Amino acid sequence: MPDELMLEIVTPDRLAFSDVVEEVTLSGSEGEFGVLIGHAPLLSSMKIGELNYTKDNKKAYYLVGEGYAEITGLKATVLVESIEGASSIIVEEAKKAQESAEAKLAAMDKDDLDYEKVKKSLDMAAARLKVSQKV
Amino acid sequence: MGASLKDIKRQSVAVDKTRQITRAMNMVAASKLKAAQLKMENFRPYADKIMDVFDSLASRVTSFTNPLLAVREPRRVRVIMMTSDRGLCGGFNANVIKEVNKFKREKTAEGKEVSLITAGKKGRDSFRKEGNVVGEYVDKLGNFDISLAAGIAGEAVPSFIAEEYDELYLCYNEFRNIASQKPIMIRLLPASSVGSDEGGSESTVDYIYEPSEEDLLAHIIPLYLRVLIYRGLLETSAGEHGARMVAMDNARSSCEDMLQSLTQQFNRARQAAITSELMDIVGGTEALSAGK
Repeated sequence: MPDELMLEIVTPDRLAFSDVVEEVTLSGSEGEFGVLIGHAPLLSSMKIGELNYTKDNKKAYYLVGEGYAEITGLKATVLVESIEGASSIIVEEAKKAQESAEAKLAAMDKDDLDYEKVKKSLDMAAARLKVSQKV
Repeated sequence: MGASLKDIKRQSVAVDKTRQITRAMNMVAASKLKAAQLKMENFRPYADKIMDVFDSLASRVTSFTNPLLAVREPRRVRVIMMTSDRGLCGGFNANVIKEVNKFKREKTAEGKEVSLITAGKKGRDSFRKEGNVVGEYVDKLGNFDISLAAGIAGEAVPSFIAEEYDELYLCYNEFRNIASQKPIMIRLLPASSVGSDEGGSESTVDYIYEPSEEDLLAHIIPLYLRVLIYRGLLETSAGEHGARMVAMDNARSSCEDMLQSLTQQFNRARQAAITSELMDIVGGTEALSAGK
């Protein structure tokens, strides 16, 4: 039995990542969780947030959109809408996006059709800022 | 020989220009097709996985509390129809339009109301007069990503929940290969598991579900719709370019046939002109020598 976990990250545009890793940490909708090899089979939805994995004792940080994770003992498949490396985040832009989304949200009614959409972009911006601090 | 040499020449120049244009369009379509096919291939792993997850969940969850699974007596039916924005691609759009028309006739005969959401200008134009187009997405197919599919799904889902209609179908040209696209009609809502044999090898695994199976399912249905719609859009776009390539290829070979026959005509006319000129000269000299 191999002693490393196979991690696959799939987005609608491409297979973004496929390699063996030592550990991966995901933002599940019920909370953050880590996956090592031999994890019990799990199917979880994921919220916008951080994903990091350890390979060769080095950690890599990513920001991922909403999606799913399917874990079997040897393999973790992560299906997400988007992925970006923490180092590619421009803090200034994320801050600006956060501010504009906050302003928009404040002016909106909860029943507004676009409310969810703006809320999502706000979450995305906030998560982006948080992840960018990890580098 | 009616046409003069000049006329034939002019005509063959025009045909030659058309031939060049069709060749250029063929090449443009070929490169666009390549890009569209790549997009389709890159999307496949994500789509397959979402379908797998949906299927295994849908076959597992037995209580149908989810509004998107609600089966109602279908009195009003909505169809999302996908065509291209531009023409010059053979029978590509006509086939989908024909399929939708057939579907509409059948449903109307059963006393059901049919409304349409159209993606692509050609489909919109052909149904515009009938006034049953409730949503349209025009000039979006040039360069799109999954957010277009999310937009279409986002418009269709709330009205399904509000019971404005009872069934949602999707009709588009399935991309089989460059030369062959065939219109297909699939049902999107109420969503149902499409797994041919309930649960493949994967669903035999006993997963821990987080959150509960039902919540997961509620979360994944919109994604599943998005995936199906996006796949339709991708196949439509690839099919359009494929169909255009074939159409332009045919047009080019007709142009070549025409050019050949025009060249023949031209040569024949030229020969006739030379012959008649010679006849004049010969006739003239003979008349002169006879007069001596």
